[in-house]
Amino acid sequence: MFAAAALALLVALGLALARALAGPTVFDRALAANSIGTLAMMMLAVFGFLTGRPEFLDLAILYGLLNVIGTIAVLKFFRYGDLGDPGRPEANP
Amino acid sequence: MSAALDIASWALLLAGGAFCMVGALGLVRLRSFFPRTHAASVIDSAGAGLLLAGLLLQAGWTLVAVKLVMIGLLIFFASPTATHALANAARERGVSFEHAEGEAPSKR
Amino acid sequence: MLHSAILFVLFYAFWVLMSGLFTPFLLAAGAASSLAVVWFAVRMHVADREGHPVHLIWPALAYWPWLVREILKSALDVSRVILDPRLPASPTVVSFKPRQRTVVGLVTHANSITLTPGTLSVEVGPERFVVHGLTRASAHAAVDSEMDRRVERFERVR
Repeated sequence: MFAAAALALLVALGLALARALAGPTVFDRALAANSIGTLAMMMLAVFGFLTGRPEFLDLAILYGLLNVIGTIAVLKFFRYGDLGDPGRPEANP
Repeated sequence: MSAALDIASWALLLAGGAFCMVGALGLVRLRSFFPRTHAASVIDSAGAGLLLAGLLLQAGWTLVAVKLVMIGLLIFFASPTATHALANAARERGVSFEHAEGEAPSKR
Repeated sequence: MLHSAILFVLFYAFWVLMSGLFTPFLLAAGAASSLAVVWFAVRMHVADREGHPVHLIWPALAYWPWLVREILKSALDVSRVILDPRLPASPTVVSFKPRQRTVVGLVTHANSITLTPGTLSVEVGPERFVVHGLTRASAHAAVDSEMDRRVERFERVR
């Protein structure tokens, strides 16, 4: 049953990769990359169970943390053109 | 009991895998950026959540289960933030809310 | 100070649970790392009531099961749209004023909207939420919703 889930995830990864390659805007690619990150996390978790080595979950956690930071960093760069930009001051209620 | 648990976890795994595939299909099929974000959100919340729940039932009361819960919390808190940042940045850079017809690349 | 202490306990529990090893060296290294991260958090002014709302843990546990049900329901709706050969998506944008007054409440509401497939918060502020919906119905369902009222009740807890 883990194999079926892994297969479904592989299909989903392929489709998301197609969207990342097709674009057309950089935001479509970033969105697809974010989805690929989530799917890869799930793939790592399911693969760990499939092979009976749950140590893969540590890799999944690390991958998830890097995925979030990577997405935010790329977005910040494309929005402000500079990773050190403090951004727009937020209004406080 | 164990058999019932197995069946429940298989059902959750299959449902999670199905949601992941449907979400990825939506990522390819939908015609402009903002509708695609909804497909990605199907993967992030429903697909990943159900898969993790299925794995959690297989793990039982071990440290593995704790790690699965950590992954779940990470996705639960971080993925909407990332999606919101993405949508906000896209809006800021002038990606249109309008329905873009066809697959013609929209020049920014 | 109380928040720093709770933060330290949480970090240390996280370390021990993740490592699963109990040698004296690793336990000491975990304590040192946790202390360092708490120090960074205090320096960044995020170890406070807003950055670390421990008082909301019980209402959160009551709110999440409801949220999970909403997520599954709307995931089915979005799947139906995606799998329909005619692709009946009618992307719609709505804006409304949220009821929440605190930052934690606003963030919870916006994150819940984004987490629910079919709706996505594009702009978030105390005066105005801009929400994009995959279909006309899902976008209009986000205005003055039950989620809004539930999060409002959730943030009122002291």
